[in-house]
Amino acid sequence: MGILEVKGVGKRFGGLQALGDVNLSIEENTVHAIIGPNGAGKSTLLNCLVGKLIPDEGSVTFAGTSVLGRKPHEINQLGISRVFQTPEIFGDLTVMENMMIPCFAKRDGAFRMHAIESMEQEAELIAKAEAMLADVGMLEKREMIASSMSRGDKRRLEIAMCLVQEPKLLLLDEPTAGMARADTNNTIALLKEIKETRDITIAIIEHDMHVVFSLADRITVLAQGTPLVEDTPDNIKGNPKVKEAYLGETQQV
Amino acid sequence: MFGLNKKDTSFLLIVIALTMATPILLQPFAEGSELAQFNGGYPDLMQKIAIFGIFAVGFNILFGLTGYLSFGHAAFLGIGSYAAVWMMKLLTMNVIPAILLAMIVSGLFAAAIGYVSLRRSGIYFSILTLAFAQMSYKMAYSVLTPLTNGETGLQLALDDPRILDGAAEGSSLPVTNIFGIAMNSSYKLEALGRVFTFNVGYYFCAFIAILAFYVAIRLFRSPFGMMLRAVKSNQQRMTYTGLDPKPYTLAAFVISGMYAGLAGGLLAAMDPLAGADRMLWTASGEVVIMTILGGAGTLMGPVLGAGVIKYLENIFSKINEGVLHDWFSFLPDGVENVVIWVFARFTGEGWHLTLGVTFMLVVTFLPGGLIEGLRRLSKRVKHGSQKRDKYDDPDPEHRPEPGKRVAGE
Repeated sequence: MGILEVKGVGKRFGGLQALGDVNLSIEENTVHAIIGPNGAGKSTLLNCLVGKLIPDEGSVTFAGTSVLGRKPHEINQLGISRVFQTPEIFGDLTVMENMMIPCFAKRDGAFRMHAIESMEQEAELIAKAEAMLADVGMLEKREMIASSMSRGDKRRLEIAMCLVQEPKLLLLDEPTAGMARADTNNTIALLKEIKETRDITIAIIEHDMHVVFSLADRITVLAQGTPLVEDTPDNIKGNPKVKEAYLGETQQV
Repeated sequence: MFGLNKKDTSFLLIVIALTMATPILLQPFAEGSELAQFNGGYPDLMQKIAIFGIFAVGFNILFGLTGYLSFGHAAFLGIGSYAAVWMMKLLTMNVIPAILLAMIVSGLFAAAIGYVSLRRSGIYFSILTLAFAQMSYKMAYSVLTPLTNGETGLQLALDDPRILDGAAEGSSLPVTNIFGIAMNSSYKLEALGRVFTFNVGYYFCAFIAILAFYVAIRLFRSPFGMMLRAVKSNQQRMTYTGLDPKPYTLAAFVISGMYAGLAGGLLAAMDPLAGADRMLWTASGEVVIMTILGGAGTLMGPVLGAGVIKYLENIFSKINEGVLHDWFSFLPDGVENVVIWVFARFTGEGWHLTLGVTFMLVVTFLPGGLIEGLRRLSKRVKHGSQKRDKYDDPDPEHRPEPGKRVAGE
């Protein structure tokens, strides 16, 4: 029984069957990659997991609780954090303020006029945010306005904002899309470090095979809305069905 | 001090000093001189500046922090005025209960209107608030006439109960007061050829305005204020951080509605009548202009904007053709008439044109409002005028010093 169980999920957009009978089980403390050609339904699947879309059929359970019918912020409170394809950060705020907002957000998600109860608690939260920034190597940028940073730094900040909430499951939607090679490598190194040092499950959707093969423990290949195979990276590399569906005849891995 | 850091404390102290000295600062020209018309130190104008300052500061909590542009805030101003006048009719002429009721009632209305309007964002939110405000305005004229007294407006009458004040003596209407001190009483000081008016009503408004301003500073600096800025910046990320933006925006809406109600209550406290005109959409537009003119999202900007607009409104609308004739009588007849014709477009009835041109210039050249202008000015004074923007900073990495060799050498 994995931490995230997807059973028989289907989603239609008008006449288009975006997802059909998707079964997926993500084991705790692993990195699970979901790959597939454009239009395979990767992002639709991810949106079904975080409550942005509601699947037409099937069930999604996270740590024994069904996530269906819950709003995105409620699903986050269960312990799922999401990193977007284009970094979604608070662009007008400083890096430190960006970090403080997830720190203020309590797990019960209730609205509070006073996010902090005491000066000690505030100091504690600031220390926590600073430690997290130090972990991703951005402490010296703490006073920068978030929108003025490079794509790679924005991505780092977004990951830090997700991690400071100590989620059980981190969802990454093409974390290196549109990045320079150096930034991609930095992101891979960061994710590897997260995987090794933290008690966390990571699900990653990615186009870049370099990223997938350097991180994933398990890979699910999605094609035309259904999972084609699920296996270890080594077996996926040699699988002829995957080559045909996804990599094409000409491309070599 | 008072939970503020050093910078904010000195900022607040400066604001307090300026507010206290307003009757002197707005009276810079000697009585009887040509420029005496530009003196703004009379109670009515000063009260309006303080009151609309409160209104704009409250509006800025919603618009400046969360980015939700309400086009119907004047509804709360009007509701506050009606509530205050009713309190004065029924209970007492003391303004304290009147103002409290104004805030409570407008807060309730804001909660109801905000709950519906905040289901949408952007232009749809603006249109919804505008629709509610126009609805309130039309209802005040029609079905709610028993409560609002329709076109005449709600006024005091001699036979009002006023339970706490007891029976009225004489045939004149009682005046608004605070624990017996009449709002319209003033102390006039003649010095340096000028008349300075220290008015009870103004100082009462100023005291409330400072309180309101202090609350706004605390709000801006609090985690709650940070959340509101997060709403403006990225609602998607906020949702995926486990926070529902709606209660935060609703709280901001209610708070700014209560500020508007407070301002409406104070208007009634200075002059105890309430009309539906206060809820008209032009009044809602005015507070938007005040906030943007001064600088949305800044603390001082809205107050500055309110001050400038109320000053322009009161001073420029007083300059009629007669005054212009006096000014330009030294010119030859034909030229004088042309000059007066041109100036008359911008003064008297035409003061809106002055406001429009000012607004246009500020928005075009100082998108951050008058506050940004002041900031640039102080920078210019401090650092000299060479550096105009960030591109003038030395940046050896991207713009290295030109090499000694020139092509073709």
